[in-house]
Order: sequence, then C-alpha cells, then structure tokens
Amino acid sequence: MKTDTVIKNKDNTHAGKEVDSKDILRILDKHNEDRGGLIAILEEIQAEYGYLPEKSLRIVGEETGRSLVDVYGVATFYRSFSLKPRGRHFVCACLGTACHVRGAPRVVEELEQQLGIKAGETTPDWEFTLETVNCLGACALGPVVVIDGHYFSKVRKSRVGQLLDEARKGFDTIELGKDKRIFPINVSCPHCNHSLKDETFAIDGYPSILVNVSSDHKQGWLRLSCLYGSYNFASEFDVPTGLVVSFLCPHCGVEFPSTSDCSVCAAPMVPMLVEGGGIVQICSRRGCKNHILDLV
Amino acid sequence: MITLKINGLDVSVEKGTTLLEAARFIGFPVPTLCHMDGLSAYGACRLCVVEIGEGPKAKLVSSCTYPAEEGLKVRTASARVLKARRMILELLLASCPQSKIIQDLAASHGIRQQRFRQEYEDCILCGLCVRMCEEQMMAKAIGFRNRGEKRSIGTPFDIKSDVCRLCGGCMYVCPACQLRCTYNEPEKAICGACANLTPPCIEKEQFDDMMCYMDPCVACEIEKDK
Ligand code: FES
Ligand code: FES
Repeated sequence: MKTDTVIKNKDNTHAGKEVDSKDILRILDKHNEDRGGLIAILEEIQAEYGYLPEKSLRIVGEETGRSLVDVYGVATFYRSFSLKPRGRHFVCACLGTACHVRGAPRVVEELEQQLGIKAGETTPDWEFTLETVNCLGACALGPVVVIDGHYFSKVRKSRVGQLLDEARKGFDTIELGKDKRIFPINVSCPHCNHSLKDETFAIDGYPSILVNVSSDHKQGWLRLSCLYGSYNFASEFDVPTGLVVSFLCPHCGVEFPSTSDCSVCAAPMVPMLVEGGGIVQICSRRGCKNHILDLV
Repeated sequence: MITLKINGLDVSVEKGTTLLEAARFIGFPVPTLCHMDGLSAYGACRLCVVEIGEGPKAKLVSSCTYPAEEGLKVRTASARVLKARRMILELLLASCPQSKIIQDLAASHGIRQQRFRQEYEDCILCGLCVRMCEEQMMAKAIGFRNRGEKRSIGTPFDIKSDVCRLCGGCMYVCPACQLRCTYNEPEKAICGACANLTPPCIEKEQFDDMMCYMDPCVACEIEKDK
C-alpha cells in the first residue's frame, strides 16, 4: 500500500548545523546522574549533529570535569564516532574477514564508484558518507551493508544501486503490509474514554488519531498515524525538535495524566487507552521515538 | 610484609611493592624503558620481563606492573627472559633505530644484528610523556588518540593545547627524543631549543615562569653568557 499523505518524519541533521551549547547542556543534564556515561553522552551528541563537533567536545570536557584529552581520546578510539561532519545518509560497509571472503571488496568498490567518493569520504552535496568497518557481528549474513541504521545482508554488486535509491527516498516511509510489526490501533482518552479516532483526516491511509497539544501558551491539533510503528504525523503549528509538549483530549479537554518518564530522554510519557484493552504510551518530546505498548 | 624468592634469594618487601622494585632493592638489575620513578607503572615496553612460577606453569610478566606475592619464585635473568628481552629490544630498535636510549640498551644486551625492517618511527607509544604531563605537571595537555595502527600521542585536534605550559617535561622523558629537534612551527612544537640558536623562550616573556626541563638548555646558556 502506498502512503497518500506525504509527511516527512525524519529530521535530517544536515551537515554544518551550528553547535548550540544549550543543546549540549541539555544532553549533559540528562546524564547527570551517571557520571561515568561519557560514551552515552557522545553518542547522543553524535545523534544530534551527525558527528562530534570540536566545540561540543570542549563543552563536554568542561562541564563533566574531564580533561579534553580524555574526551578526545575516547572520541577518536571508537570507529562509530566521527569528528568530521557526515552526509545526510550514512553508508557503512563491512570489510571484516567473513564479509571480505564473500565479496565485500567488490561491493565497496561499487559503492565508491556510484557515489564517486572513496571510503571515509562524503559526497560534495552532503548526501552520502561512505565508511567501512571490520565486522559488524553478523558474519553469517555477509557481505553486510548498513545504511542509516538499516542492515542489508548478502549484498551483491548488482543491488548497490537499488539500495542507494531506497536510501535517497528514505527508509522511514512506511509500506504497510510488508512489515508485520506495523498494525493499526484504535485509542481513546484515558480520562473520558472517548475515542480519539478522526475519520476526516487520514495519515498512512488510515483514520488519524486527533489530540490537542500545548506548549508555551500555544495550542493546536496534532494528528498521529494510528499505525503502531509509524511515526508520521501532521500538526497545526510547527513543533520544534526537542520540545516537550503536553497532550490534551480534544473532547474533555483534560491533559493525559503521565505516570512515567521516558527511559530515553526523561520527558513525561503520555498514556492512551487501546481499544480491546491495554495502554500505549508515547514520549512527549518531539523527535523522540520512544513508545511502549502494553496489551492486556 | 611479603616474602618472595628472587633468583633464589629470599626478600621481604612491603605489600604493594612491584617485582621490579623488589628486584632492584636487593640489587638485581632489570632494564626498563617505560618505567620512571614518580610516574605510575604502565607496562608498555615489556622490557622489564621476568619469569615467575615453576615448571610448565612458569610465565613471563612485566615486573614493573606485577605486585609481589607471598612465596612467589621470580627469575630476572633466566634464558627465557633474556631471549624475550632481546627480541623486544630488537623490535624496539627496528621501530626507532635513531633513538640513542634504545641503541644503548640494545648494545648492552648484545644485539649485533637487525632482522626487521627499520621504520624510523618518532614514537614508541611508551606513554612516558603522557604520564609526565598528567602526573607531575598536572596539565593533561597530551594523551593517546585513535587506536590500533593509528594510535598516536598528541594534543586534541592537533592544535596547541590551552593547558600546555610549554614546560618541556614530555621531551625530557622521551626515549625516542624527536620532538626536541623538530622546532619549525612555533605554534605546535614545544621548545626546540637544541635546534634553535635563539630559542623561543628567550624572547617571549610569557615563558618566564614556566617550569623547564631542558637540560642543558640552549636558551639558558645564552642568557648566562650575556
Ligand atoms: S565480517 Fe562482516 S559482519 Fe563480521
Ligand atoms: S618498564 Fe615495565 S613494561 Fe616498560
């Protein structure tokens, strides 16, 4: 099935985004309790900017009381950290022993040729960064190529072009029916138990879930996809990434009572009742994809 | 107190003493390269290997990091130890043949041949300078970067560090001793006194209250002459 509402759901971090010390401080704040979590902090900064900007490393050092040498040492030790800006799509090809004997060098060659860059480089239009690693721990599936966090097994030279095309389109566009983990759910307000289904507005080809959101005295509607596993949504006003909003029921006007905090970003989790028994909780921070489904 | 046997002699040492300290205490020489009094043990060069245990269980350990154990039997100069040491030296010599310190050590261990390709590295990653900078100079301006083949020592981002006071302590302890002789980019190199007849610290007054480890220091000699 095709998606008929085209809604972008991935906030692409484009190279060259300014480092805002406030963002870094926010990330640091979250990790304040576990002082040892340098790698977790760096991972999060990298998720935010796509790489580790010099300024961010300096802030991390100053704020956590670590010397810059230590922070830099860790940042350069691990292959998954990058000190250079990366392109919008990150292609990582395995050249480990198992993948190597199964023909990975030819796949890498093809990638290099089609992208016009060498491994370790980024295309001039900042679309792709190509890198190689030595083993991803999935040797039996080799040659393995990872694009934007999606793993592709037994990749042959002939498949490279198709994979890159898919990457350009974005893997996050939902194709229903292909993936069993994606299914529609009906939810209702935990307070008045009124269904939140909105037949008048479709997302992913299904009636959407209508809620009101408010933040900073601004109120507006937000329509979520009712497909569990889809992050597509539409909203009245633009909610900036990273902002925590409160969710209100459009029928009774009561704010959904949060009972727990997001395990990823510590923002309140918003509960909604699932028809047939159960609770789905989604994180109230824009851009955080954490969610929990409890069926009874 | 812990009693152990070194080369058949009983020694009693305090808990926490390393095998190296115990051996030197009763007078058995053990060569070292990455060990220095006043700096923490690191165990990078393996030159200080000794053999512990007996029979098939005997094994080689680096004495600078191995703490003394009750009843331990240690040999500091068995055939196996000497063979291992010579191999280590030969490898060190191959990676850094220009180092006077390594040349001397190799010569004193009777190394007369070079079977490996000479690499002329300017660093053997012994970590002396890193520990000097952190533990004695309290600066932490330099450290290890990257890993594997690409491992190197230097400042973050390869630019002059804000916390470096140009004390020269790192060069003072360096067994490969290359940095001293590469003064060409004032922003990066530390002093380079030996390569310069007018070292930077003579003119710039900000060097005034810096601790300096150059010995002999060309700059100071020039000042004295005036
Ligand atoms: S060698 Fe490629 S996954 Fe292990
Ligand atoms: S002196 Fe013991 S390993 Fe270098």
